[in-house]
Amino acid sequence: MTESVLNQHSLDEINEWLGRYPPEQKQSAVLAALRVAQHQNDGYLTTELMDACAEVLDMPKIAVYEVASFYSMYETKPCGRHNIAICTNISCMLMGSDTIVNHVEKKYGIKLGESTADGKIFLKVEEECLAACAGGPMMQVDHVYHTDLTPEKVDEILDALD
Amino acid sequence: MSDDDINLTVDGQPLTAKRGQMLIEVTDAAGIDIPRFCYHKKLSVAANCRMCLVEVEKAPKPLPACATPVMPDMVVKTRSKLALEAQQGTMEFLLINHPLDCPICDQGGECELQDVAMGYGGSASQYTEGKRVVMDKYIGPLIATEMTRCIHCTRCVRFGEEIAGVRELGATGRGENVRIGTYIEKSVASEVSGNVIDICPVGALTARPSRYSARSWELQQAPAVAPHDSLGSNIFVHLDNGKVNRVVPRENEAINEVWISDRDRFSYQGLHSADRLTTPRIRQNGELVDCDWDTALQAAVDALRSGAGKGSLGVLASAHSTLEELYMAQKLARALGTDDIDHRLAQTDFSADASSPAMPWLGMSINDLESLDAALVVGSNIRKELPIAALRLRKSALNGGRISFVNPLDFPMHFDASVALSPRYDRLADELCRIAVAAEADLGKLRGLPSLEPDDRHRQIAAELRDAERASLMLGSLAVNHPAFATLAALAEAIATKVNATLSYLPSLGNSAGAWLAGVVPHRRAGGSALGSAGRHAGDMLNQSLNTYLLHGVELEFDAANAAGAMQAVAGAEQVICVSAFDSESIRQYATVVLPAAAFTESYGTYVNATGHWQSNRGLVEPPGQARPAWKIYRVLADLLELQDIAYTSPEQITREVQSQCANIELNNLTSGSAQTDYQSIDYGDALLRVGEIPIHRVDPLVRRSVPLQKSNDGKQAFASMRHSELQRHNINDGDQIVVVQNGSRVTLPVKLDDAVPENCVWIPGGLTETAALGPLCAAVEIQRS
Ligand code: SF4
Ligand code: FES
Ligand code: FES
Repeated sequence: MTESVLNQHSLDEINEWLGRYPPEQKQSAVLAALRVAQHQNDGYLTTELMDACAEVLDMPKIAVYEVASFYSMYETKPCGRHNIAICTNISCMLMGSDTIVNHVEKKYGIKLGESTADGKIFLKVEEECLAACAGGPMMQVDHVYHTDLTPEKVDEILDALD
Repeated sequence: MSDDDINLTVDGQPLTAKRGQMLIEVTDAAGIDIPRFCYHKKLSVAANCRMCLVEVEKAPKPLPACATPVMPDMVVKTRSKLALEAQQGTMEFLLINHPLDCPICDQGGECELQDVAMGYGGSASQYTEGKRVVMDKYIGPLIATEMTRCIHCTRCVRFGEEIAGVRELGATGRGENVRIGTYIEKSVASEVSGNVIDICPVGALTARPSRYSARSWELQQAPAVAPHDSLGSNIFVHLDNGKVNRVVPRENEAINEVWISDRDRFSYQGLHSADRLTTPRIRQNGELVDCDWDTALQAAVDALRSGAGKGSLGVLASAHSTLEELYMAQKLARALGTDDIDHRLAQTDFSADASSPAMPWLGMSINDLESLDAALVVGSNIRKELPIAALRLRKSALNGGRISFVNPLDFPMHFDASVALSPRYDRLADELCRIAVAAEADLGKLRGLPSLEPDDRHRQIAAELRDAERASLMLGSLAVNHPAFATLAALAEAIATKVNATLSYLPSLGNSAGAWLAGVVPHRRAGGSALGSAGRHAGDMLNQSLNTYLLHGVELEFDAANAAGAMQAVAGAEQVICVSAFDSESIRQYATVVLPAAAFTESYGTYVNATGHWQSNRGLVEPPGQARPAWKIYRVLADLLELQDIAYTSPEQITREVQSQCANIELNNLTSGSAQTDYQSIDYGDALLRVGEIPIHRVDPLVRRSVPLQKSNDGKQAFASMRHSELQRHNINDGDQIVVVQNGSRVTLPVKLDDAVPENCVWIPGGLTETAALGPLCAAVEIQRS
């Protein structure tokens, strides 16, 4: 066996997930495994990482590619390590998400879908409703929801990132 | 009418159907056309294209006929206003992103999208926005992709998952961005991959070798039988102005259903090889030179006479030849007084000949392969040897059949094996013996039985075979060509008898069964009757030089069990007559007379498949240059030799003659009598063992010359493969070049890591230019870093 590109920490975590499903249903853990793999790699998946997940989960590689390319929470191209997703769906839009988007784009000099040159910030393209409509406009920064945004509040949150 | 039958009305026509059937199956059977894209009768129902919408009374909206089960007294309208509007709407949606590039599309003229658009679509689109474009990835030399044309029916994806058993194509992305493909750039590896070309309803997947070479409506279609494996898959040959342009499957539920292997589909490319022999040739002053037929025939006659006169004429005919050719070669040999004739070039142990069946065969129908409760496959890479039979076996496995293997390599299969044993090749018999012991088989016929203890795996195999209602024990070519074949056969028979399983042979070449029937063996006449004293078998004929050889369709450097030794033997002969469709380096070395023969599709000929089913091909195209059908060549030779009873005027006459000789043949793989077999313990001890097979695309001269097949994934075989621990032991890495020394011959090969290879083994296939110098497929070798 050649060594997996998944590190031990990731493998342990995936195995922990695998424990929750029947042994013949390993593929149930694919979403979790991809999330772990993406986390290990600073926010995006490579073909090698997806192949390694396929191996661990006993799935055809293409089936893993299908999942990874379907869900918007996985990035399959290199991107900045902080993932910023500003909801632009109807409730947030009515509450002024355009202002937030404009502000952030100007702040970093990049458009939605792009990353900053220093590899720190990635602005996710056109995020849909994240089910926090009551607190719109809202955004998700890495794993954390931030609601009732104003440009000032956004600055505060983003400037605190390392 | 049983409880299961129900009545319904479609377009005013009363129909009966079985409960649980989908509407589209019923209308298809009744000849009522419903347009469809995603539905395919051999695949699961996806119901994603919505093209098959029809009106069902009492249903509030149109329903997809492919996913609507029939109901009692259902009233269906396939051409009502509602249905037509639904179909038209779907069609318009499907064409939104389709490039409508029919004039430059290979599928044009045989495109389901084109046909359905003509029949059910509108004449103009309301859509004026930009269309989606998909960049193509190279997926190998066999299939050309133009994924912008794809309509996402997912037939190709379902084919991979459900039929071929390898998921290589998938639907990645989402919504507008969904695309069908491999996601990464990679050659597809399935041995039946070409079938996606046929099932793709549009021009997204087309045959790469024949791309842009003809329009489908200009091609003529002729039925034929594929000659490369012992299934005899039914095909259509498509001809373009007297030239074979492509090959597609011909449906036959009893044999290949609607599929064919890539080998059967793309081998025809070899027909147009520069290696085709177009003139007779003879050797003059050491050089092969072109000559006329009279000169060559006379030289052949002289050679045959002198060889036979000296009692030293050997005939070797390859089992990919037609029954008529094989029979004529045999008749000629026997009329000249020799029984030194054989087709089993790859075999090494002939000691079971005296008790061998008249025709080793499958022992059951091909359909039976898909309803086995248990099977033990011994010595066969069945997936690559008999790709379509393997698809049937896979169905057994998916239905819960317990399929186990005893193979010299843990061949990757497209289903889960129950138990897969992969001993070192020399110990194959020991492993089978353990299973026999576990099954408590009667091993009384084996002398010198070692005492071997079964473990749980052997016991599991034995128990599964015993408990199965329908079980089979299959011997493949790696068993038949094993140095201890007689032992393997005796063990297999003992087990099969004990557990009440069918003993099956999996003949590898296209007409292996036909060669047995035609008497191309040293110990049996045509029709299978045994000879009082047997002639020399292939092994003996190639062990030392005979005076004269007649080689029919043979390429010794690839076909012979010991390629290096065989080349030497033939080089030492006085006269070597080669009847062949193809020139080769080795023919140029050893032939003294070359008689150019017609190849597949160029002459009439019969193939007998593994179930004993006879199928004949017509001659469809002219042989090139002065090449002639081989049966005619033998006929003329017989005339010149003034032999009796051999003046046929048509090849069908020959077929009928063999048929009458085979009239009373009884197909039975079990041996009769109480003859004892010595238990042969082949054991190379601590030596590093070279083991190999003849790879899928190297089995006969025609496939060897199909460039696309050679370039495909399965065509790349020149490696020395070893498991990880073996690489470590020899301190080498994946990708290194190493020198393999076998019996004094040295060959340099790249190393490949493959953990399916057993310990202390190096897997090096035969049948390859790169490995021909090495010799036997089972031998001690040394490896050195180069
Ligand atoms: S490539 Fe052909 S078969 Fe595959 S999904 Fe597209 S249209 Fe269907
Ligand atoms: S619309 Fe933004 S969270 Fe629902
Ligand atoms: S054929 Fe019925 S939905 Fe595609």
